[in-house]
Amino acid sequence: MAGNPLLEVRNLRVEFPTRRGILTAVDDISLHIDPGEVLGVVGESGAGKSMTGAAIIGLLEPPGRIADGEILLEGRRIDNLPYEQMRRIRGREIGAIFQDPLTSLNPLYSVGEQLVETIQTHTDMSHSQALARAIELLAEVGIPAPERRVEHYPHQFSGGMRQRVVIALALCVNPKLIIADEPTTALDVSIQAQIIALLKRLCREHGTAVMLVTHDMGVIAETADRVAVMYAGRIAEIGPVRQVIQNPKHPYTVGLMGSIPSIDQGDGRLTQIEGAMPRLTAIPQGCAFNPRCTLTMDRCFRERPDLVQVEETRVSCWHHDKELAHA
Amino acid sequence: MLAFIIRRMIQSVVVMFFVALLAFAMFRFVGDPVHQMVGIETSLEEREELRVKLGLRDPIIVQFGRFVGNAATLDFGISYQHQRPVSEMIKERMPATLELSLISALFSLLVGVPMGVYTGLHRQGVLSKVFMTASLIGISLPTFLIGILLIYVFAVILGWLPSFGRGVVVDLGGWRTGLLTTEGLKALIMPAITLGLFQLTLIMRLVRAEMLEVLRTDYIKFARARGLTNRAVNFGHALKNTLVPVITITGLQLGSIIAFAIITETVFQWPGMGLMFLQAIQNVDIPIMAAYLIMIAFFFVAINLVVDMLYYVVDPRLRVDASKAHGHG
Repeated sequence: MAGNPLLEVRNLRVEFPTRRGILTAVDDISLHIDPGEVLGVVGESGAGKSMTGAAIIGLLEPPGRIADGEILLEGRRIDNLPYEQMRRIRGREIGAIFQDPLTSLNPLYSVGEQLVETIQTHTDMSHSQALARAIELLAEVGIPAPERRVEHYPHQFSGGMRQRVVIALALCVNPKLIIADEPTTALDVSIQAQIIALLKRLCREHGTAVMLVTHDMGVIAETADRVAVMYAGRIAEIGPVRQVIQNPKHPYTVGLMGSIPSIDQGDGRLTQIEGAMPRLTAIPQGCAFNPRCTLTMDRCFRERPDLVQVEETRVSCWHHDKELAHA
Repeated sequence: MLAFIIRRMIQSVVVMFFVALLAFAMFRFVGDPVHQMVGIETSLEEREELRVKLGLRDPIIVQFGRFVGNAATLDFGISYQHQRPVSEMIKERMPATLELSLISALFSLLVGVPMGVYTGLHRQGVLSKVFMTASLIGISLPTFLIGILLIYVFAVILGWLPSFGRGVVVDLGGWRTGLLTTEGLKALIMPAITLGLFQLTLIMRLVRAEMLEVLRTDYIKFARARGLTNRAVNFGHALKNTLVPVITITGLQLGSIIAFAIITETVFQWPGMGLMFLQAIQNVDIPIMAAYLIMIAFFFVAINLVVDMLYYVVDPRLRVDASKAHGHG
């Protein structure tokens, strides 16, 4: 970690009050993102990945709320800002890209109108300046004939092209951080790689940090500098992507890696993690992974493990707890 | 766009043709007009002569052709009861109905849409709950009861507004308007509210439901994530996306307002087409009934044409399908 982190999340807890009690979607998560860094966040559906992203950008859907913890952007707390101040940060300092490019653009406005509107919201540019910038951005995200395409409406673009427009919109006033929530999940496999490559190139060129939320380990391996593996609202393991992939420490990460097909070892069957992630209403006591873990000990059912440093990785598993290892 | 308009025009002509057929059938099946025109002493020969003179002995196709031709030039014949050209009577009565209908439609839109947006945005707000409860009353109370209640409160008890008629009207080249005098406007308030109240509650509930739907969409979430102001998100992005259904319903309702102003016109003794139509029914005055039927059908068709064209203005997806297959990626 060189210098100060761009974004720091400390002990974040996101709760959803419901009629049947409070659901904790994100439970005591701490992580940081350095300037220009790509942090991958992986996990199954419902692990709390998207919730963490939504909490950072201040767009949790009510009744969801940040129950505890802090979020700091360049050392300044942003989780408790009034709506209007947070609005100025959104788009300007933290951008976002959502899962489905087909529905992320307003069908009634041309892409140019949407770009110009966003640019003018955050800068003092005149309409013609903003339009020129919009055309520039469309060219930058690889849309052919941008002068003409700027007048077109979202339905006149294919899915991949729309996601490029979405990326242009997210990057249009050079935010320092982009939260990309499953940016390629809704796209054809052949287009996914293009979009990821584009996102990676643009962020490198602009020095933009990315929090890349996905359940695709392949995308993470290609793109991310570090990766956080989430399970049932908690971080199971977080560390440099190479280490986590080649030498996973948490039994859940081990299972995840085992379930990815590889060209080199074409023979044996893929392993699979037995069972399913617990629902938020029924998270077991102790380590949340204990019903599916093959390595459980007594302690796993009693106490919840904290993150402990193992080499460059931090992992929350009793098997890696130093006291235990030394015992 | 032009091809679309022409296509719709042709459809409209077809609709009008069938309405004319219905109106014409009324003449054929609601008794013999000669009986109503002559006295008891008229001989059979004289009656036969009158039939030939009126063209009633011509083949039906010829008679229908004549009816359509006359209707196209706004000639609907002579009223049995009043012995005056029907078109003249309609011309006198129409401004009253159209002014009442347009004002009440404007009232329901200008009040209903903001209320709908408000209740959509502040679902849990106290004011929203008041609006929603009040709208239930608006939907469930019959029009005539609302009219009578208004008359009782504002005309009888408070004496602020006139209880019947159009007040003072000004003649603008044959169009007698009540919009230019204070008395005329005052006379318009209660009938317009009575007529528009149901539409208002309908529009409010529709806009609310559509807003709730649209506010959940990804593009609204993305618009917020881009840091757009609340105003831009709620009105520029969300409200505009609710417009297509709102335009549809408003168009249909405007037709109904014009057609069913009858009750309101009766309660307020408003000298419009509805009142005329009601009297025509009582007196089996078929030319007026037929003309009214055709006029109302024409309004519906015209409004629907305008509605379809408004879709084009609002929703770009309907505009250019030719260039749809441009993108790749």
